[in-house]
Amino acid sequence: MKTLASTTTSKKRLLGFFAVLVTVVAVVAIIGLLISMFGTFVVQGSGQLSWTFLTEAPRNNNTEGGIFPAIFGTTILVLLMTLLGVPVGTATAIYLSEYARQSAAFARAVRFAVNTLAGVPSIVFGLFGVGFFIQFVGGGIDNVTAGAVFGKPALLWASATLAVLTLPVVIVSVEEALRAVPRELREASLALGATKWQTITKVVLPNSVSGILTGSILAVGRGAGEVAAILFVGVVYSLERLPSSVTDQFMHLGYHLYVLSTQSPDVEKTLPLQYATTLVLLGLTFVLNFSAIYVRSRLRRI
Amino acid sequence: MAKEHPVKVRTSDFSVYYGQKQALFNIGIDIFDRKVTAFIGPSGCGKSTFLRSINRMNDLIDGTRCSGKLEVDGIDVYGKEVDVVTLRRSIGMVFQKSIPFPKSIYENITYGLTLTEKRSKDELDHIVETSLKRAALWEEVKDRLTHSAQGLSGGQQQRLCIARAVAVNPEILLMDEPCSALDPISTGKVEELITELKDTYTIVLVTHNMQQAARVSDYTGFFLMGKLIEFDRTRSIFTAPSKKETEDYITGRFG
Repeated sequence: MKTLASTTTSKKRLLGFFAVLVTVVAVVAIIGLLISMFGTFVVQGSGQLSWTFLTEAPRNNNTEGGIFPAIFGTTILVLLMTLLGVPVGTATAIYLSEYARQSAAFARAVRFAVNTLAGVPSIVFGLFGVGFFIQFVGGGIDNVTAGAVFGKPALLWASATLAVLTLPVVIVSVEEALRAVPRELREASLALGATKWQTITKVVLPNSVSGILTGSILAVGRGAGEVAAILFVGVVYSLERLPSSVTDQFMHLGYHLYVLSTQSPDVEKTLPLQYATTLVLLGLTFVLNFSAIYVRSRLRRI
Repeated sequence: MAKEHPVKVRTSDFSVYYGQKQALFNIGIDIFDRKVTAFIGPSGCGKSTFLRSINRMNDLIDGTRCSGKLEVDGIDVYGKEVDVVTLRRSIGMVFQKSIPFPKSIYENITYGLTLTEKRSKDELDHIVETSLKRAALWEEVKDRLTHSAQGLSGGQQQRLCIARAVAVNPEILLMDEPCSALDPISTGKVEELITELKDTYTIVLVTHNMQQAARVSDYTGFFLMGKLIEFDRTRSIFTAPSKKETEDYITGRFG
């Protein structure tokens, strides 16, 4: 025991103490930052927050009134984005996890593309949306149908752009969920005479629902706060009426915040509106993230 | 070896390779209809690989190829015209780790049945009952068929997996170390079951447990390093093995 006792020198103890100290300070700093940030918005913004603020349109050049069109636009945008992006992302994840040989060059290329996509600045996605969705796809449809409906910025193209932007999030989380399904379950299904596709639809996917949901909600959380990617593809700073078709333009919480803080004739006057809008945007994002965690933990317990 | 029974599975010069590595060397064996054939041997000797070759589960592993012949009822299993899905349907399999599908007990049994055709509720009810009875599980679960199968004990889960395999009415039942994760009482139940099921099915059993092979099988094959060293009636293998390696293994001198 003597030798054991002598190995822990006072120097080592001091080192251990500092290690704990540094990590604790880091944690406290992060929690402090979060609280002060959230606290500021809650304190400054909650005064402005009211039923009319949430349900009415902005008035007087965005210096008065509410933000309902922006809440509405953000919600529809994110819903459409999910409808467009999650099926494509899930299909890609199924390919990567179930069909591709892990060593195959094509699968490696797809993986590389997904990782690269995740690192592309969002403004680049915005420009891509203009070039590909509005001019190429939309313009193409207009050419064929001899109309002028699709070749302009619209809710549909903004959703499609965001869907592409959030694809990596969906693909990575769904693939992770698919891979977590035990090999024995797949083998049991195949040994009973199920085809590969039957095994995927009847065993693998039902066992990955929580992962697919998590992926979707994480994508929603990421997409809801994104502004740069939709700048050129359909968002506007003021609307006469709510969008009634996917080819209409829309208002957006994040963009509205940018407009209030930089484009207003009287920035000082809109300060309370800015705080309240930020609070709503943050609230929306937090709610989405927490529901992702909740849904996942609920499904894991079954 | 007197052939008082028809041959169900016959291989000649059958070899399996995982990439560059050869896992099975020129296996030639006759597995008899409605008998229990056990394969014993140390870990990594190729007995599971051989078992999984019969219903082509090895196809799932990238880079697996095989040579030689493996016939079931005289049909070359690896022939071009063979449909793997149909083949697997007629050959049931029970795994070492018995994982029921995360569905109800009832749905676990009907899973294989509803893959190709729609069946009436009455027919399904009937098959569920007979399958569970065959697996000696009916009395224990008949009141909770709609409950999740994952609430069953380990031994019950393994018997459920046997019932699941039996439900599609296969001709051959492959069992890959079905008792290695079970306690002695559950093991006894499964062994009893194997003895009962051999009236209907050709059973091929891979086991680490030599006593188990001696207790339940009619024929025993001893694998070592990818080669089938000896294959004979179980009694002969355990009382008078003709090869020195077999004798060394069953007397516990190595392995």
